[in-house]
This record gives sequence, structure tokens and C-alpha cells, in this order.
Amino acid sequence: MSYKVTEESNIATVHLDGEIDMDVTEKAKEIIMPLIEAKKEVHINLKEVQYMDSSGISVLIESHQKASELGTKVILKEISKSVLKVIMMAKLEQILNLD
Amino acid sequence: MIIDQHKDFEINSANLKLIRAFAREAISAAPELESTKDDLVLALAEAAQNVVKHAYNGNASTDKMRVHIKYDNKVFTMELYDKGTPVVPANIKPRKLDDIKAGGLGTFFIGQIMDEVIFKTNREDWVNHLILIKKY
Repeated sequence: MSYKVTEESNIATVHLDGEIDMDVTEKAKEIIMPLIEAKKEVHINLKEVQYMDSSGISVLIESHQKASELGTKVILKEISKSVLKVIMMAKLEQILNLD
Repeated sequence: MIIDQHKDFEINSANLKLIRAFAREAISAAPELESTKDDLVLALAEAAQNVVKHAYNGNASTDKMRVHIKYDNKVFTMELYDKGTPVVPANIKPRKLDDIKAGGLGTFFIGQIMDEVIFKTNREDWVNHLILIKKY
């Protein structure tokens, strides 16, 4: 997994790239959680994510829940077809903020 | 087309990527599986992840897990063998549909994708033996 973070005003956009599994979830949390804790609106761009398993979905759930607790939000952007399929399999399309 | 391939992988979360690559290549040998390949790879990867996470408590080990992929007569089977902590099948619970939490998602995915999930612990040379079956 590789990543890039851009910030504009109070919106931080995290571009993730590659395959997101158990091996990289801690890294993904290290990138995303501080942005949420800084109460930024976090956009996670998933266009270049070719594979995501339950560990990756866990990061999305935890990010969403943390943001809700802190009064901000996480929005998933440009979700790749393979990631969307897994989100839907987890029945989370109505829970997470998909754009 | 018949598939019968197995490979051993050291217990390590970094090897999950190699397990997925092995599965993708093996499954690609049967064109009739192509439309479900991603799902099958996900199911196997979730099971392999559970071995690392639960049978080895998330720790890397020099122990190996064996992945055996078979397809014959429209029955696709993936078997995982490991020597970690014995699995207690009654303790394995998929997440409830309305439960918005991370735990149990992998088991939930496996149940969604595969037709049968069988745990065995009667192998002399391994501790856990998981069999995932999908019929076409």
C-alpha cells in the first residue's frame, strides 16, 4: 500500500493505493486517525485500491465511528469496483458515507 | 479443467499477499471460475488471515500453513492446514448483519462466498484443517 495526503482548508484527502489487508491496516490507521482526531473532514480516495479485505473494511468502520464521535465525518471517494463489492458484501453501503 | 495445487507459506501477515497471488494463479487455470475468482481469493485470504490472527495470535512464526486448491467435477475446494492453537469451531461466530463492528467480518465474508465451511482437527501432521467448498 502507498498513500498520499493532501489538505485544503479543513478537508484532508487520503489517497490510498494498492492492496489493503491485515499487513497494512496499522499503517492505514496511523495515516487516517490523526486527521480525524484533528477534527478534519477526511476524504478517503479508493480509486487505486485493487483489493480490500475485512481488515481494510475494519479501518473504514473505525474511522467512520471515530469521526462520528468527534463530530466530523469520513467520506469515501471514487471507490473502486472491487472495494465497493466488499463494502456491499458487508452491508455497509448505508452506514458508511459513500460518494 | 482440473486444478490440484498446493503450497506452503510461512506464518506472517506479509505472506497474505503471496497467498492471494498463488490463489489467483491457480484459479485462473479454470476459465469457468473467472467470474467468481475475486470472491474465492477473498474467502481464502480471510481464512488465511484468521490463521495468522487467531491460531498464531497475530504473531509471525517459522511454522508453515499449507494452502491446497482443488477443482474437479464442478466442485471447488480450498483447504488450509496449520499447526497453531487448535480452533474451537463453536467460538467462531460471524458478525450479525446489523452489528456495525469490525470483528467477525472475515468469517461473515467466507460464509457469504462459500457453500460449505468444514473444520477438522483429526490430522496427525497438522493441528487445524479448514475446508472451504463451492459448487458450480
